[in-house]
Amino acid sequence: MIKKIFLIGNPNVGKSVVFSRLTGVQVISSNYPGTTVEISKGYLKIGEEKIEVIDLPGTYSLEPSSKAEEVAVNLLKEQPKNEVAVINTIDSTNLERNLYLTLQLIEQGYLLIACLNMCDDTEHRGISIDTVKLEARLGVPVISTCAVTGVGIKLLIGRILEAKTGLQPRATPDHQERWKEIGEIIEDVQKLSHRHHTFREMLEDASIRPFSGILLGAAVIYASFKIVRFFGESLINNIFDPVFYKFYQPVVEKLSAVLGGGGFIHHLLIGDLIAGKIDFKQSLGLLTTAPYIEFVMVLPYVVSFYFVLSLLEDIGYLPRLAILLDNILHRLGLHGYAIIPVLLGFGCNVPGILATRVLESKRERFIAATIISIGVPCVPLQAMIFGLLGKFSGFYVAGVYLVLFALIIILGAVLNRVMQGYSPEFLMEIPPYRFPPLAVLAKKLYFRIKWFLIEAVPIVMLGVLLINILVYFRLFDFLTAIFAPVIKGLFGLPREAVVALAIGFLRKDVAVGMLMPLALSAKQLFIAVTVLAISFPCIATFAVMFKELGFKDLVKSTLIMIFVSLIVGTLLNFAIIR
Amino acid sequence: MKKLNLIQMKAGRKAKVVEIRGGQALQNRLMGMGIYLGKDITKLSQFVLRGPIAIKAGRTVVALGHSMAAKVIVEVE
Repeated sequence: MIKKIFLIGNPNVGKSVVFSRLTGVQVISSNYPGTTVEISKGYLKIGEEKIEVIDLPGTYSLEPSSKAEEVAVNLLKEQPKNEVAVINTIDSTNLERNLYLTLQLIEQGYLLIACLNMCDDTEHRGISIDTVKLEARLGVPVISTCAVTGVGIKLLIGRILEAKTGLQPRATPDHQERWKEIGEIIEDVQKLSHRHHTFREMLEDASIRPFSGILLGAAVIYASFKIVRFFGESLINNIFDPVFYKFYQPVVEKLSAVLGGGGFIHHLLIGDLIAGKIDFKQSLGLLTTAPYIEFVMVLPYVVSFYFVLSLLEDIGYLPRLAILLDNILHRLGLHGYAIIPVLLGFGCNVPGILATRVLESKRERFIAATIISIGVPCVPLQAMIFGLLGKFSGFYVAGVYLVLFALIIILGAVLNRVMQGYSPEFLMEIPPYRFPPLAVLAKKLYFRIKWFLIEAVPIVMLGVLLINILVYFRLFDFLTAIFAPVIKGLFGLPREAVVALAIGFLRKDVAVGMLMPLALSAKQLFIAVTVLAISFPCIATFAVMFKELGFKDLVKSTLIMIFVSLIVGTLLNFAIIR
Repeated sequence: MKKLNLIQMKAGRKAKVVEIRGGQALQNRLMGMGIYLGKDITKLSQFVLRGPIAIKAGRTVVALGHSMAAKVIVEVE
């Protein structure tokens, strides 16, 4: 009796896409190995029965080499073998390599069904696979699918209950025996026709050669940055800002009038009137500044950032960036792969730190998580930095990035020196370039924006409400009195900035928003946002660091953050003369 | 026939894997990815200053760190 369905397969074969098709549960999928680091669960209805489907992180073999792989393998091993159907998702364009895990699964006696995914990609690569023969050789059902478009999924669902134990190998197998057997199977079931080098393949090769690769990498990074900025600014100026002022402003103005322009409720919802009017940037009300920060200043950048990131992910460029940067990252106690968590961290630190699970050692995960929470500003924070500091000059904005970049390098190098252990070696599969259908890209973007809104909006609203209550009853005065010497004496900021920095613990974008009414000079603003970026991560990041690193390492990481932000804030204050 | 490691081998050349030095963990990882004894591979590129090395084994392109590449011994014709 089958009670559960497990999706298992090599990294980057499309397990998560198959999972989404089977269960209707949307999960993030990309074109690089190690996208899935968490286990997702969903349900599939077969006949009258609802069966649990579990999507596992990818693994090359049943001998795990990272935390993510370990989780996958252990979870599978915990199950009684006769109660789970295992869908072994296979990349059709790389059958040979994928069959290694298949044979191991057969040896272990799992009820198996093989899903030859990406079958649409085989033809133009000159590959033809005889699935009937393969089914006979393996002794388990084999179904061709293309999960991205949905081809073959119905057939797969129809045959899931036919999953069975395959043909056992003749001798006790070791690596070499398995590969020999795979060689024979491949010879029998797969035919290759010669194809000329395509333009795509030339581009694939060029991006992993030193000279052309670095040129291409620089171009990609530059273009990405430009597109994010251009697209973000365009959305703000042409859509979000006009809509907000035209349709939303009259509504809150009316509300303000109804509330009589003052009093406790007015203070909470609308905030302070600036020169008798609502100023979305300075009023600091629950219905004025809060939505303005989130929807007008931040959301457009979230959209444009995730658009570019999703595109790069799905094309398969990120692993190539990992090769280019392996050398530098090695000196920071990490290896090339770490660039992927770092890039995800630029969107939001939470998925970034989660993605460090793909790194092999605890030491690496600690360094990566610490670096991300200190030196990688999330997109909401960056949007606010552009919005505020960008008004003064691009020079200061570049300055923030320069300081953070220098910190990453210094911190990584120091941690690599002082921490025990060594950094493991880089080993990563480089996937071919793929061009995702636009609908797939749009869906992923929609999913990420929805996630952002669900995560951000409640905390932002709650944060602003809390601030307003505390400010109204003058409860911040105590905090201000304690921290004013540091903020004023060391960082050169006005004492009111204490509130903003404290709010940074809740959300960074709101924290920068709190700086808006303070009329800071360019230098002060520069120091304030840099310290905000470095110091405590927001509460969500804190929680995920606790989960991933444990209490002891979280404390260590936090102490480093406090120490670094004190030093940097002070240094910047005394080094910049204005 | 000449025995070399992946670093000594020239980019663009083909060779056969004959030995993987190092522990069981490394052997398991490489074997699982399709780099096994007797497999024909092509070296695609190498980065300077102890940078990584990219090879193609079958249809899989794999990037290996410098010291890992030193542990993979190949035979060139």
